[in-house]
Amino acid sequence: MAPVALVDCNNFYASCERAFNPKLEGKPIVVLSNNDGCVVARSNEVKALGIPMGEPWFKVEKEAKRHGIVAYSSNYALYGDMSARVMGLLGRFSPRQEIYSIDECFLGLEGFGTRDLTAYCQTIRQQVRQGTGIPVSVGIAATKTLAKLANHVAKKRPGYDGVCDFGRLTSGELNTLLDEIGVSEVWGVGRRIARRLEGMDIATVQQLRSADCRWIRQQFSVALERTVSELNGIACIEIEEEAPNRQQIISSRSFGEPVETLQALSEAVCNYTTRAAEKLRSQGSVAGSIGVHILTNPFKPQDTQYQRSQMVPLPTPTDDTRQLAQAALRGLRHIFKPGFRYKKAGIMLLGLEPKAHRPRTLFDDPAADSRSARLMQVMDAINIRMGQDTLKIAANGIERSWKMRRGMQSPRFTTDWDEIPRIGAK
Amino acid sequence: MTSEKPTRGGSRPGAGRKPGSGRYGEPTQTLRLPVSSVPAVKDFLAAYQARHRPGRVPPAIGVFVPAQNPVRMKLPLFGARVPAGFPSPADDYMEATLDLNEYLVQDRHTTYFVKVKGHSMTGAGIFDGDMLVVDRALEPLPGKIIVAVVDGELTVKRLAFENGRTILQAQNPHFKDIVLKDTQELQCWGVVTSAIRKLV
Repeated sequence: MAPVALVDCNNFYASCERAFNPKLEGKPIVVLSNNDGCVVARSNEVKALGIPMGEPWFKVEKEAKRHGIVAYSSNYALYGDMSARVMGLLGRFSPRQEIYSIDECFLGLEGFGTRDLTAYCQTIRQQVRQGTGIPVSVGIAATKTLAKLANHVAKKRPGYDGVCDFGRLTSGELNTLLDEIGVSEVWGVGRRIARRLEGMDIATVQQLRSADCRWIRQQFSVALERTVSELNGIACIEIEEEAPNRQQIISSRSFGEPVETLQALSEAVCNYTTRAAEKLRSQGSVAGSIGVHILTNPFKPQDTQYQRSQMVPLPTPTDDTRQLAQAALRGLRHIFKPGFRYKKAGIMLLGLEPKAHRPRTLFDDPAADSRSARLMQVMDAINIRMGQDTLKIAANGIERSWKMRRGMQSPRFTTDWDEIPRIGAK
Repeated sequence: MTSEKPTRGGSRPGAGRKPGSGRYGEPTQTLRLPVSSVPAVKDFLAAYQARHRPGRVPPAIGVFVPAQNPVRMKLPLFGARVPAGFPSPADDYMEATLDLNEYLVQDRHTTYFVKVKGHSMTGAGIFDGDMLVVDRALEPLPGKIIVAVVDGELTVKRLAFENGRTILQAQNPHFKDIVLKDTQELQCWGVVTSAIRKLV
């Protein structure tokens, strides 16, 4: 069976911050979500202190200060660029690569014959570490689900030195190892399923692996049955080299300060639409409808609460920022009510289909279509070259009083000329 | 008796084969030829027709058709476009633009740009405010200018090994070298591959 490797970056966001700031080596770091709301990434030192993932920052801020924890606002420009570098380097080690998330990818390792896969993956680790400063762990196994577990072992057990190949273990050794890992660590087993399994005395991976497939399908789902097969070394989930196009695109964010006017909400909605439309065009799709939603802050019970959403179908599917924004604003005007302190707004593009296959209507204007396509192309090209929002529709606004709070963001070390690292020559 | 136009017979507008629907795909016209040249003209027309048939598959060599998904390539702006008249002789010598990335960056995944603060490397032609191109994947060999981690800070120095010691040399007599202690391991962040200074 062709082995699969899962390469995962260790504490990716924290490692990105360290890559340009060696002083942070060995120091506890957290990265906070948008608007500095919750802890979304932790270095090992913070994990050891027992601060949980997703914890609201205001709750742990005092304790964190006492421990000398360094907090960063999330810096997605930096993380995105570093991810592209890591994935680019990893892609050189196998002709088959599936980028699964910002910090992990599967590599197909077939055709290596008797070559030592562990040594090969140590080379991968070393080269990624040297070229980007990001530490990675590698799990190797016969299936993707097992490779994920092997990765878990490689990361948690220092004896493996960052690379764990299940193929090197005897079946007895593998059974023992999998009996020490809880079912909740299995890829595809969510918290609820894990709890139900535990209630049925299936608490470890080894126990799940030995369960009867048919029974699992009856009690749970075909998906979990597939997971059990994968745990037994029967590959059911292929490596997908090309990410399937998204079925929907959501762009939504909380505001730094509460927003009360239709004007400010309109600007925000326009900006989110602009981002979403860029994604839409980059995957070559058009959207059939656009949804808008606005809400007040549910965590402020003293404020009067309001929340509405509105779908706006488009006359013909489009990828034109102007048409999408116009529809979104129409929806917003429909649901907006004055007198509330809005905390969040967002838009959602639905009914996505490839632009080439979109249905035509009697009222299509091919000349206008091609003008629109050219305009969007030029807009995207300029914004890619000169920076986001160099060219934008006027409704996006200029002041942006609603913009996110990012009080503790590190510089965009790799994506902005004004923010590249300063190196001492002293 | 009557001078009314006949309503039957005669030519009807729009009737008959559409112009351009014939074998050449364009309107044709009759022409008087000397009999001796008829075979030559027929041959020419047969070849012409073969070359211009729509949907024709081009022969394997000799004829170029545009690629289905052409790679984008920037071309120089001076590409001469003369609407009428003598074409620019330079057109035949046009090549792709020179790309500084290609010249300065060997591996874009491992290359970073950093800015110099300080004067300790002026002897190596590296001045305060210069931008350095740093490749983190390169091996720090003696004599190379590297970015090293010293006391948690990134510092640019020349790498040297003398009498078993690792030395981070300043390139300016007013600055001191850093000699690593025996227990200290060299922490190299990357190797400097070029220095860039804008003069305007």
